[in-house]
Amino acid sequence: MIEKRLTTRERLRIHRHAMPERDPIERRSNFEEVNLGYTPELAIAEAHRCLQCPKPTCEDGCPVNIHIKEFIGRIAEGDFLGAVRKIKEDNILPAVCGRVCPQEIQCEAACVLSKRGEPVAIGHLERFVADYERETGQIEVPAIQPSTGKRIAIVGSGPAGLSCANDLRRWGHEVTVFEALHDLGGVLAYGIPEFRLPKEIVHKELDCLRHMGVKFETDVVIGQTFTVDELLQEEGYDAVFLGVGAGLPWFMGIPGEDLVGVYSANEFLIRVNLMRAYRFPDYDTPMIDLRGKNVAVVGAGNTAMDAARTALRLQAKNTCIIYRRSEEEMPARAEEIKHAKDEGVKFVLLVNPVEFTGDEEGRLKAVKLIRMRLGEPDASGRRRPIPIEGSEFVMELDVAIIAIGSSPNPLIAKTTPDIEVSRKGTIVVDEATMKTSKQGVFAGGDVVSGGATVIRAMGAGRKAARAIHEYVMTDVW
Amino acid sequence: MFRIVEAEFTAPEIKRFVIEAPRIARKRRAGQFVIVRLDDKGERIPLTIAGSDPESGTITLIVQGIGKTTKAMNMKEAGDALQDIVGPLGRPSDIKHYGVTVSIGGGVGTAIAYPTAAALKEAGNYVITINGARSREFVILEEEMAAVSDEAYITTDDGSYGFHGLVTDKLQELLDQGRRIDFVLAVGPVPMMKAVADITRPYGIKTMVSLNPIMIDGTGMCGACRVIVGGQVKFACVDGPEFDAHEVDFENLMCRNKAYADEEREALARFLKERRPQPHDSALVVK
Ligand SMILES: Cc1cc2nc3c(=O)[nH]c(=O)nc-3n(C[C@H](O)[C@H](O)[C@H](O)COP(=O)(O)OP(=O)(O)OC[C@H]3O[C@@H](n4cnc5c(N)ncnc54)[C@H](O)[C@@H]3O)c2cc1C
Ligand code: FES
Repeated sequence: MIEKRLTTRERLRIHRHAMPERDPIERRSNFEEVNLGYTPELAIAEAHRCLQCPKPTCEDGCPVNIHIKEFIGRIAEGDFLGAVRKIKEDNILPAVCGRVCPQEIQCEAACVLSKRGEPVAIGHLERFVADYERETGQIEVPAIQPSTGKRIAIVGSGPAGLSCANDLRRWGHEVTVFEALHDLGGVLAYGIPEFRLPKEIVHKELDCLRHMGVKFETDVVIGQTFTVDELLQEEGYDAVFLGVGAGLPWFMGIPGEDLVGVYSANEFLIRVNLMRAYRFPDYDTPMIDLRGKNVAVVGAGNTAMDAARTALRLQAKNTCIIYRRSEEEMPARAEEIKHAKDEGVKFVLLVNPVEFTGDEEGRLKAVKLIRMRLGEPDASGRRRPIPIEGSEFVMELDVAIIAIGSSPNPLIAKTTPDIEVSRKGTIVVDEATMKTSKQGVFAGGDVVSGGATVIRAMGAGRKAARAIHEYVMTDVW
Repeated sequence: MFRIVEAEFTAPEIKRFVIEAPRIARKRRAGQFVIVRLDDKGERIPLTIAGSDPESGTITLIVQGIGKTTKAMNMKEAGDALQDIVGPLGRPSDIKHYGVTVSIGGGVGTAIAYPTAAALKEAGNYVITINGARSREFVILEEEMAAVSDEAYITTDDGSYGFHGLVTDKLQELLDQGRRIDFVLAVGPVPMMKAVADITRPYGIKTMVSLNPIMIDGTGMCGACRVIVGGQVKFACVDGPEFDAHEVDFENLMCRNKAYADEEREALARFLKERRPQPHDSALVVK
């Protein structure tokens, strides 16, 4: 329909609409969300850039194959609720994904307009309709099918667990989500900061699941409070889904990493996001006062950008990213890198820490770095960093945040030896069904893939839901 | 919410709580701990489980009021509730038949040494306990310790009760007498645990200590609790809390435990200033 109104040529003439955002100077001193979101006018205008391709390649670029062409078509017509309904057929967390997906390497990379440098802003549009639905109070609680009498335990309340719970509940199963922490949402709650993903959004999604009848139990650590076997036997669950993420932080294993002032990114972000340490002493959890301090974050993924931008907001004097490769290899979303730069994070590239040094009280004072050059591509396809001998130098430092990655927590594997795990500690599953080696137990998300993305974790949770449904209804493993 | 069933001071600043937590009560073994958060603004603190009753679904916690959170907790009474308790966390003590064992508790550390002493007794060991306190009024669990001991000693720093001296003096005395000791578990302030390790090292006696680093989640996801044992980084919440005393880097632990000393002092001062007087104020004097 909209094709009739604008010709392709006319569409091509419209430039991509930038996301309105807070001024970098203003925003770096508070935790308000940086991106402000499209207005309805901007959204409709941006939607008109979509060429409505007969074969929408963007949809192949989406890990869960959202019907992008159709939802954008509806936005162009002003049917925002219709658009969000279309998205929700494939993605139950559009307000989250519109904010945190790496669109530039997924849907937007596959958009035909990206060849001309300006793909349709699919992520911004997804976010817009999801926010519209929430802010106008029109979130639809999906219909629940009659009870099947089957009980399913979901372990972990991150995107994998929540999406799995959503589908299973809709199909009439009794679903309980067990979470180790006191708060729900997984990385969405404890990892990704408020200025990028307001917690209010996560809470609304959780409310919706509660309305549907999903039960949540916090403060339950599977592997400690209950084992997986106990869930299946004594507690009488028909199936278990493990969506426990990849929460075990890596350190570098270099001297001085145990000094006071060296944090894992997880610890730093948990203190700020989950425990609200930035509001100490109103909240009880303290953290090192960053005012006037030099802070370095090691790593260049989303976690590193989040940590660096959080440090800025805590009034650090200097905040830098230390990364052993070059800008091109940085794994963070393009928007996060841009925002970090705009806000004043410095990038110290092609260097690697070799040692942290401290004072007599065991507090961090400096880091010794070595310069790197790039060699041949390694297994990850990125060029391998090689230390340049004799190039060491020292940087003064008060706080270091290690954000070089994480792997699954071994707690469940240790207490459930019949669940097969890889050498890297990830749970081994059948790709098509997310079945583990143990009958009745399924897994998905970061615990299977290693640290990946929200959308992939969600996709895995839904794939598992289908297989769990089939298993509990037929009893055939 | 977790309801408090019993709450009573057993010594100045030291309060014993019996709390409804049926899942934890059923699962918990000697040496394990819980993480407690008092309320929505609270921090998460680790507390060792001093006992449990699976039948009534309760656990016992013994808390020494030192900082803001422990002092605030010690103002709770029976009928009050705690926002969050998660556990049991950490690995249980390695209980087996060693022969002659010595369980040493310094101050509130006795609350942690006690359940392990009881388990060692049950496993058929000859159990010696050394229960140390500053002075008579600070001695806790005297009867309980005696009930599980073949030999029970109390030491006080000022000699107001039992043996006059430190727990390490008593341990040294036993060794000087040529007593055979096969296993030692020491729990208390870091300098005390270090001193015990130094005493038993030349004798080659297997010695374990229960470490108390700063923790947040207690499940291995933050690394706040990392300690150095045998030159390796360990997460005390999942790899411990008990470690081989002869391998632990105590200096490092002392430094790390002081990371937030200023903030803790500030929080406590503010807390004591802002709160209204309470019936138990006599027991809440800042030392
Ligand atoms: C700081 C940060 C920023 C990120 N930014 C982005 C981004 O911009 N875009 C993007 O797509 N992805 C991003 N990611 C990655 C993304 O968040 C993860 O891929 C995704 O959350 C994985 O989902 P999950 O459900 O598998 O696990 P998680 O979100 O990790 O959730 C697992 C949950 O299980 C709980 N749990 C663990 N063990 C147990 C147990 N034994 N018993 C009970 N509960 C348990 C945990 O406490 C946690 O709540 C980021 C990650 C981090 C850390
Ligand atoms: S307390 Fe967080 S890893 Fe041990």
